[in-house]
Amino acid sequence: MSVAFLPGVLQTLPQNADYVRILPEIVLSVFGMIVMVLEPLLDEKTGQKILGLIALAGALAGLAATWFMAQVPGVAFWNMIRVDGFSVFFHVLVIAIAAVVILSSYEYMAVQRIRAGEYYALILFGTVGVALMSSAVELVLIFIALEISSISSYVLAGFRRHEAASAESSLKYFLLGSFATAFFLYGVALMFGATGSTNIDLIAQALRAGPIPLLAFVAVALMFVGLGFKVAAAPFHIWTPDVYEGAPAPIVGFMSTAPKAAAFAVLLRVVFVINVHAIFWVIWIAAALSMTLGNVSAFVQDNVKRLLAYSSIAHAGYVLVAFAAAPQLGTSAVMFYTAAYAAMNLGAFAVVTHFANAGERYVTLEDYEGLGRSSPLLAATLTIFLLSLIGIPMTGGFFAKFYVFSAAVKANLIWLTIIGVLNSGVGAYYYLRIIVMMYMRESRKEIPVTPTPLALRVALAVCLVATLYLGLFPGRVLQYAQDSAQQLVPQTSPGVTSSAKVHTATETF
Amino acid sequence: MPDNYFAGYLPILIHIVLVGGLATVIISLSWLIGERKPTRAKMAPYESGMAPVGDARGRFSVQFYLVAMLFILFDVEAVFLYPWAVILRDLGHFGLWEMLVYIAIVLVGFFYVWKKGVLEWGPAAVRSQAASGLRINLRDVQSGVQVDVRFNDQRGGS
Repeated sequence: MSVAFLPGVLQTLPQNADYVRILPEIVLSVFGMIVMVLEPLLDEKTGQKILGLIALAGALAGLAATWFMAQVPGVAFWNMIRVDGFSVFFHVLVIAIAAVVILSSYEYMAVQRIRAGEYYALILFGTVGVALMSSAVELVLIFIALEISSISSYVLAGFRRHEAASAESSLKYFLLGSFATAFFLYGVALMFGATGSTNIDLIAQALRAGPIPLLAFVAVALMFVGLGFKVAAAPFHIWTPDVYEGAPAPIVGFMSTAPKAAAFAVLLRVVFVINVHAIFWVIWIAAALSMTLGNVSAFVQDNVKRLLAYSSIAHAGYVLVAFAAAPQLGTSAVMFYTAAYAAMNLGAFAVVTHFANAGERYVTLEDYEGLGRSSPLLAATLTIFLLSLIGIPMTGGFFAKFYVFSAAVKANLIWLTIIGVLNSGVGAYYYLRIIVMMYMRESRKEIPVTPTPLALRVALAVCLVATLYLGLFPGRVLQYAQDSAQQLVPQTSPGVTSSAKVHTATETF
Repeated sequence: MPDNYFAGYLPILIHIVLVGGLATVIISLSWLIGERKPTRAKMAPYESGMAPVGDARGRFSVQFYLVAMLFILFDVEAVFLYPWAVILRDLGHFGLWEMLVYIAIVLVGFFYVWKKGVLEWGPAAVRSQAASGLRINLRDVQSGVQVDVRFNDQRGGS
């Protein structure tokens, strides 16, 4: 009787392949729920041991599920999800990040005496959100995915319940984060008003049909505010240092990589819809500001977590340089950069996690004095990650920066490239400062050296191998990124008109 | 487009007028013909049964917040059942299974809340919550003063 009320799309029910296309999300959710159910049933000691293992198994199962997902590219659930090389790339990336974070949390949970259950479940749920963000092609679904990942991170940021700083971090993140999400949602609403659709492909069609309405520009700008917050790009970066300082160290590793990568993925999809021409200068300014503010502020930091927070702002700036050169040139550079940044930053935070000790007592630069002598292996590992963050050859960070800047040069963004290269020179100083502290200073404090447990060693090894692999053999990953960027382009870019617009989207002083 | 576009919203306009009109009629009728014997308590503004005037910084049990939050969560989750029930016939087996999965997920949440002892009140609750990590001061609960979760408790740190 009520068939007439149903929208046409609902009359075709999802096929089995549709479920395979969200298999990683399903697997991660199920494992998250298993952790939640087991948590109140187990006592604290067994829970501490078992729940982390289950979560790790969940992340690995999620990676396996991604393989199945990759076998059935296409759209699912009434064009809300698209599985292509692009979404597979980000799925693998964020789920691998989750696995490494879970590994580096093992010791941390025991040392900080944090109850483990919800912590691991929230990491898995957050991963569901970020993974979904990369494959969603419907703005409302993107919003829901964004919320799933954000709400998990708000709670995770406050997990050191006994520290006032952690509660502060969680509250600030929650308030500012909800505010930013509201901006994004408002942008979605305006986009719907301008084009009559929330589906990215349909929006692209509607915008291509005629002159782009002003409302659509406003909509994209608002969405950029929301996503700019998530990636900690200036001028929406103010929350970053405080939140990173108070949140548990492994979670900072997670927050600074996975949601960032996913937000960049969403930005890429959105950028393809509206030709960058419209918001080209917005991206240009955000990129220049992020790099400069991030690097200059990092100069004066004495807390390693704060220092890495500003460094993460600066790196968001480098990625945005590639955005200014997207869609034709920068996309693969963005993808490569997020992967390389994830590897080196997670590694750096894993070392910080281990070294922080109970109550996160040792997180100032002073505490790193003499680390090269007291625990040489750990210091050497951290050095490699820091060199990669600087962008020294043989590390992933080098090729990441190289591809970003070469894309920018090809797109004629000479000034932005100059600002970027100058900034990476400046940035080298504060990373080197940590290295100098570790190797050339005597330790003035009595800091206990704890042995590195197996889980942390595995996590560090994964990050180290990934960093060096991307630095020595970047070809395969870059090739994959280029191929999937190619897949992304033809669906939305109209060819002639788009390339004409890209030509106008270069710096004209 | 504009003509049809706004014509589509005509029912909403009619709805607004009807709702406003009905409310106005009911309130003015009861004001006109209703019997009134005002007392002090009746004239006071009503706010969920609480005294509307007093110190805003009063503290009360964190349990109230937990229960309120849970109520909203499960309430909203239950609301999704209504639109589903309307079109269940058209969705067929697919709709049934989807909703069963959905309810199962809600029940997992309920199980978690229950096992965590959030629904228990009184001295028994204190024991189970202490076991589940919600650190609440026993003395405060028994004397009925206030319950607050401590952020600055340094037990974890040093």
